[in-house]
Amino acid sequence: MKYRAEIDVMPLKALLDPQGKAVTGSMKNLGLAEIKNIRIGKHITLEIDATTKDEAQKKVDEACKKLLCNQIMEFYEFEIFEN
Amino acid sequence: MKFGVVVFPGSNCDQDMIYVLRNILKQEVVELWHKDHNLHNADFIVLPGGFSYGDYLRSGAIARFSPIMSEVMEFADKGGYLFGVCNGFQILCEAGLVPGALLRNTELKFSCKNVFIKAENKDTLLTSAVPKNKALRIPIAHGEGSYFADAAVLRKMNENGQILFRYCEENGQVTPESNPNGSLENIAGVCNDRKNVFGMMPHPERASDSVLHNSDGLLIFNSLLSLVTS
Repeated sequence: MKYRAEIDVMPLKALLDPQGKAVTGSMKNLGLAEIKNIRIGKHITLEIDATTKDEAQKKVDEACKKLLCNQIMEFYEFEIFEN
Repeated sequence: MKFGVVVFPGSNCDQDMIYVLRNILKQEVVELWHKDHNLHNADFIVLPGGFSYGDYLRSGAIARFSPIMSEVMEFADKGGYLFGVCNGFQILCEAGLVPGALLRNTELKFSCKNVFIKAENKDTLLTSAVPKNKALRIPIAHGEGSYFADAAVLRKMNENGQILFRYCEENGQVTPESNPNGSLENIAGVCNDRKNVFGMMPHPERASDSVLHNSDGLLIFNSLLSLVTS
């Protein structure tokens, strides 16, 4: 069975996100000063062969923990879809 | 003493490091290709600066899983000495060999300039020959050098003498203005709790030859030579 994972990796909420802060600052120039607290992370998609959705879930979680996300500075969330 | 310098795809400070170790310190050096599984009996392993794997995903994240890293981690686990500079420090953090992580510089700029750092204590191999209150002039060249660790980890590192260097003014004062990248507590270099794995963002290998009119970095490399004499 083929599954697809949609993963979001974001900077930890307690950490300053300088990139997001700079982009938030530029909203004033667009006349959109009411937009606040932009935070910028990564969106990762992948395909995975697994016998069950649960197995796919476990393997994607392992990939996130080992490589895709550094939990000292980031957190991750993902959803699994049947492809 | 035999140094092993690991070369990753995208390393670009490996030759500077090898030059200093071989031509200035007069030590034996072996280049270690990242795909190999052999440390060639090196006594001391160095992870040099650069942009391993193009800094894709996060700086150091992919290099940390290079084939040779399993031997490097085993070497460090047995107490072997390991030193990472700049991207090498980022790889050590990603591998969990030293605590913490290196975030994007708070000013979002790639920062390439001379800065001053001072050694926190003389109780580690890397700082043993560095005068305690001397500000060393050493260049930095990085975009992701803002050192971060959570409060509990940082407290433990301070208590355990794991902070090697802090960014400071020319007179040695540690000030917010002398912090080039937003590192917590001006931290420029750290070590693990066993004090055999060292990482720092500034480049001592770029400040170790008198022709460059700056050889403050030699104080750091000379510290390593105490291994040879002892």
